Amino acid sequence: MKKRIAVLALQGAFIEHEKMLQRLGADVFEIREKDDWQQPKDGLVIPGGESTVMVKLLVELGLHDEIRNDIVAGLPVFGTCAGLILLSAHVRQHEGEEAEPMSGALSTMDITTCRNAYGRQLGSFATEADVEGVGKVPMTFIRAPFIESVGPKAEALASVDGHVVAARQGNQLVTAFHPELTDDTRVHEAFLKMI
Amino acid sequence: MENDRQTLNRNLAQMLKGGVIMDVTTPEQAKIAEEAGACAVMALERIPADIRAAGGVARMSDPKMIKGIQAAVSIPVMAKCRIGHIAEAQILQAIDIDYIDESEVLSPADDVYHIDKTQFRVPFVCGARNLSEALRRIAEGATMIRTKGEPGTGDVVQAVHHMRLMQSQIRDLVAKRPDELFEAAKQLQAPYDLVKYVHDHGKLPVVNFAAGGVATPADAALMMELGAEGVFVGSGIFKSGNPRKRAAAIVKAVTNYNDPKVLAEISEDLGEAMVGINADEIQLLMAERGK
Repeated sequence: MKKRIAVLALQGAFIEHEKMLQRLGADVFEIREKDDWQQPKDGLVIPGGESTVMVKLLVELGLHDEIRNDIVAGLPVFGTCAGLILLSAHVRQHEGEEAEPMSGALSTMDITTCRNAYGRQLGSFATEADVEGVGKVPMTFIRAPFIESVGPKAEALASVDGHVVAARQGNQLVTAFHPELTDDTRVHEAFLKMI
Repeated sequence: MENDRQTLNRNLAQMLKGGVIMDVTTPEQAKIAEEAGACAVMALERIPADIRAAGGVARMSDPKMIKGIQAAVSIPVMAKCRIGHIAEAQILQAIDIDYIDESEVLSPADDVYHIDKTQFRVPFVCGARNLSEALRRIAEGATMIRTKGEPGTGDVVQAVHHMRLMQSQIRDLVAKRPDELFEAAKQLQAPYDLVKYVHDHGKLPVVNFAAGGVATPADAALMMELGAEGVFVGSGIFKSGNPRKRAAAIVKAVTNYNDPKVLAEISEDLGEAMVGINADEIQLLMAERGK
């Protein structure tokens, strides 16, 4: 049976994820409004983009509660960059501010994330590092967040310069970088194996 | 691994896709835009409609004003420099801007040359009326393209014209035999390797937004339908009766551009749209600047 993956397509780089998942033999469909979520699915991908845009649309299009309930009930989910922010229980919006739950986010993972942790676009960079269970992968960070602290329910999977940039908690996988922007499919393969 | 700025800068534009970039002139407007769901803001002293009304030379905004907007929001902040104005671009890079718009909305500083954008670490978006202009700007290092449209008019006709032309020129290139691409490059006055890329991929190598005259959610949806990957809204929001509501509606229209039921719902009760001027009634055609 082909795996059927929902891709949150409210804003951002969702097409890149769709192409990568299709390359790996999965079926994909887009979530743009409430009715889309009623379709059968084996997993969900939350792409990179602007987290402020996504949380607003999640709530206003009436998608937030159902998606959150399904993730809590065990639906496998993979979030990159903004997707990581949406899944973090606590988010630090600006340096010097308290980390707190982001209004409208899904907040299902026991991690604290710092937004725009590397600064503005001039701080964006590419590197390579090991991801536990995957191996060394190319990593592209675009105005990226990093994970400040990992709670007891979650585990860190990768670090760059002492900061956690990938984590897993049961059915949930997150990366601060964008595997969908590279040619390396191994992180997506690891996600599909979680299903 | 090397840090290829061109690739990283193209990547940032990919993250903006499916979003709305809004012109703002104050930190307060920037906050309204962010709360309404803008994926980035364009910081400028005057919106295009007011530049048009004021006349005179339009220049880069005061860096202090741009910094105020950078401090007010967490989303990317863009700013405009004049076409060919290398020094203005260097100033914007020095204040850590997220994207520079080398823009025909401002008075051109150079009537022949655009900025060599490959010499900068910060990314550039440029306007284009057709595939020729788009590919020349990409060759110069632009990592994002937008239609020029006709800024500050609230009349979408030129943006539609530019987007349709670009898409049809792309389709024409795709249909060509490989040995016809050399002549196509000559006709387009664009580098062969970029022409070949478009032939092979059926799209530009960078993200392509619509801009110049978008005033309503329906305008934004129309541009998405015609192949835009996102939308810039300049004067359309803060020249309208209810900026907050209109901005939020345009954001939703871009996400759900292919669902008329959603569009009907969000188009209700938006208050007055910007009055606008018909693009064929104006004296100054900004889209003619920078070819």
